Amino acid sequence: MNIVDKQDFLLQLGIVCGSNLISDAPSLRVYETDGLTVKKQLPWLVALPSTIGEVQQIVRLCHQFEVPVVARGAGTGLSGGAMPHAEGVLLSLAKFNRILAVDEQNLLARVEPGVTNLAISDHVEDLGLYYAPDPSSQIACSIGGNVAENSGGVHCLKYGLTVHNVRKLKLVSPEGELYEVGSEALDSAGYDLLALLHGSEGMLGIVVEVTVKLLPMPEAICVVMAGFASVDAAAATVGDIIAEGILPAGLEMMDKLAVQAAEAFVKAGYPTEAEALLLCELDGMAAELETQRVKLDQILQKNGATSIESAYDEEKRARLWLGRKAAFPAVGRISPDYYCMDGTIPRRKLPEVLATISRLSEEFSLAVANVFHAGDGNLHPLILYDANKGDELQRAEAFGAKILELCIDSGGTITGEHGVGIEKIDQMCIQFTDEELLIFHGVKSAFDEKSILNPGKAVPTLSRCAEFGAMHVHAGQEKFPELDRF
Amino acid sequence: MTFEPSVKLLVEQVKNAIAQKEQLIIEGGGSKKFYGYPPSSDLPVLSMIGHVGVIDYAPDELMIHVRAGTPLNDINQLLRENKQFLAFEPPGFNHKTTIGGIIASGLSGPRRPYAGSVRDFVLGVTLITGTGDVLSFGGQVMKNVAGYDVSRLVTGAMGTLGVILDVSLKVLPAPETERTVTRSIPVDGFQSYMQSIRNNLPLSAVAHQDGILRLRVSGSEVAVDAALLELEGEETGNEYWNELNTLSGFRGQKELWRVSVMPGSQLFLSSAVAIDWGGGIRWIADPEENLREQLDNEDGHATLFKHNIDEGGAHVEIFQPLTQPLLGIHQRLKKQFDPIGIFNPGRMYKDL
Repeated sequence: MNIVDKQDFLLQLGIVCGSNLISDAPSLRVYETDGLTVKKQLPWLVALPSTIGEVQQIVRLCHQFEVPVVARGAGTGLSGGAMPHAEGVLLSLAKFNRILAVDEQNLLARVEPGVTNLAISDHVEDLGLYYAPDPSSQIACSIGGNVAENSGGVHCLKYGLTVHNVRKLKLVSPEGELYEVGSEALDSAGYDLLALLHGSEGMLGIVVEVTVKLLPMPEAICVVMAGFASVDAAAATVGDIIAEGILPAGLEMMDKLAVQAAEAFVKAGYPTEAEALLLCELDGMAAELETQRVKLDQILQKNGATSIESAYDEEKRARLWLGRKAAFPAVGRISPDYYCMDGTIPRRKLPEVLATISRLSEEFSLAVANVFHAGDGNLHPLILYDANKGDELQRAEAFGAKILELCIDSGGTITGEHGVGIEKIDQMCIQFTDEELLIFHGVKSAFDEKSILNPGKAVPTLSRCAEFGAMHVHAGQEKFPELDRF
Repeated sequence: MTFEPSVKLLVEQVKNAIAQKEQLIIEGGGSKKFYGYPPSSDLPVLSMIGHVGVIDYAPDELMIHVRAGTPLNDINQLLRENKQFLAFEPPGFNHKTTIGGIIASGLSGPRRPYAGSVRDFVLGVTLITGTGDVLSFGGQVMKNVAGYDVSRLVTGAMGTLGVILDVSLKVLPAPETERTVTRSIPVDGFQSYMQSIRNNLPLSAVAHQDGILRLRVSGSEVAVDAALLELEGEETGNEYWNELNTLSGFRGQKELWRVSVMPGSQLFLSSAVAIDWGGGIRWIADPEENLREQLDNEDGHATLFKHNIDEGGAHVEIFQPLTQPLLGIHQRLKKQFDPIGIFNPGRMYKDL
């Protein structure tokens, strides 16, 4: 942009935003990173609109001057999806923090995108209702960000991801037009754009209102914790639970290092001698819960559980969950830094994948704590490192990249719930072919022809992949063999 | 890339069509020919029925990966043997219904409000696009946010974005038991009755027809027994749900409209011949009024589900017309997936 346009843009944006425009470096610093703190970038400007009309005007101006717009909710994302653009406007939706309406009869809540995930459940608790997806950052993360990343949580196996729990979105297009996708009815006409927008990382539209589905709280809940002498035994147990027809509300696994870190941090009463720990939450009618728990107990015994503890009352259930929910900060206590991965694998591959991760851990001389949404195959290996020590950060990133490739090779995916963002963009080149990536670019252009919304995230350009492929010969096959190498 | 023979054959047919700039009608078992605008009989058919079979089924992963031409009945049978099922209760309009047709039409049955819709269970698809490329999206795992969610985009797209070659679906443990009770309730009273019962009962279907409310309860024996005690209705068989799902009780009408609204909506209560999805679907036969005009003030959409419209002679919009911004997005997406417009032209919307 030339200097005249730049001044014109600033002038017009200033009129729209007034005091809600940030341009001084110290204040911009707050926005330089999201939850993926290793990737830092100061934005050119930060705008903090408080009405949909303001969002439309800002986006319209950006469109006219071709200035990139990066939408940001609470900034808790773990893949750099909200990392600012150096020449762009960071559009913070923090002021959109109202719950607009609750429809008790149709079990819906209409909320602004900056409302935190947990605030929705808190708001409808008195009605015996809740919002099901519960990412571990739920106290802070915003529902708009949840839509952008299609966030999960510990209850996905039974209750689904964000995409399964949102009925309707109100969006601002890159041209500044306001439109709706989805419906308060159970389905809507035409292509399923609602699904397409979930996990699109702010690249297809700016979400300004979200209608979520509410669920009635189950009549009864029971949490069972079991220790195992080996990871394999715990993994086999998970398969048996599902095969027996039990569909737990949550089914989580932690390895020894994660258990020990969590126990040292929150004293949840975890068996620190166990090689692996399972947490299984059952919910449903009170009448059936006990039968299910007995069945579960038999499966745990059969697989050689070394300890079993169950909890029905809320306080004890909360205690058993506490260690799992505090696993990330707990690992943060035993290591100066950690790098959280997010691959998903078919569950039957778990023992061999964990064995390979453990071998890689030795190879890179970095410890790993494994936390695992066992029910749905979503792995969160936490790589422990110290950024101030030599090349540990580089080693951690290289180790992480290896884990992602391992997930692809096992028939899984590089990201289950954290998104691609900027973090995993190179691994997209491995998971998808050029033609598939071209379709993604086509989808992007169908919504955002000028590519002003969060450009450069989530979908790599083919030239980026060619460069990445040059450094990276996968399984002996060189990608893009038709290109000359220098 | 090497393809298995049935894929190779389909890709060749698509590539020929592209070369000749000829359009194609994608057809599975043909059990839903009535749905959408009638496919033109002048155009060649790309038949999916030779592309059959289960690629992978892992009961303890809750996942089945199948070729699109596989009959729904075969899949249901296999799952039943393993005490699992497709929880979105797809309607098999006849024994030829294929899984590909179910995915392409995006239809879900009475269990939908309680278990989720077909797209909620789609994990991944492989497609032949309008450029003749064979592309895979999503995968075989439950959680996957790498790349845009193309698998769910093509679910319900009526084959207009590409040929679905295979699909991976999440499956669930089948309920131990299912039972149905009825209550006599006038149509303007069933919603307040639904409000009066506890909302965390294990309901799996609720419908109102001819002054009778039917409630299906699913789950373990003990849970179902406990729920039935609370509901205090008169017990009846479960056959009704398949009849409703496949509309077998509705014959002789000229037009059958499917209107999707909020379950609590007051629209079309008395004019509906049946109400499914706990209130969310109102089936209306031969209406005298313009149904869509009444949907101006609340969310919902009306589909002319069964009709006597001749090929090419449609003057009525079969699916609810799209708002301008959405129509634009649809047209641009179509262009990306099927640049010269060879797949199922005009099957869903005239311009797609």
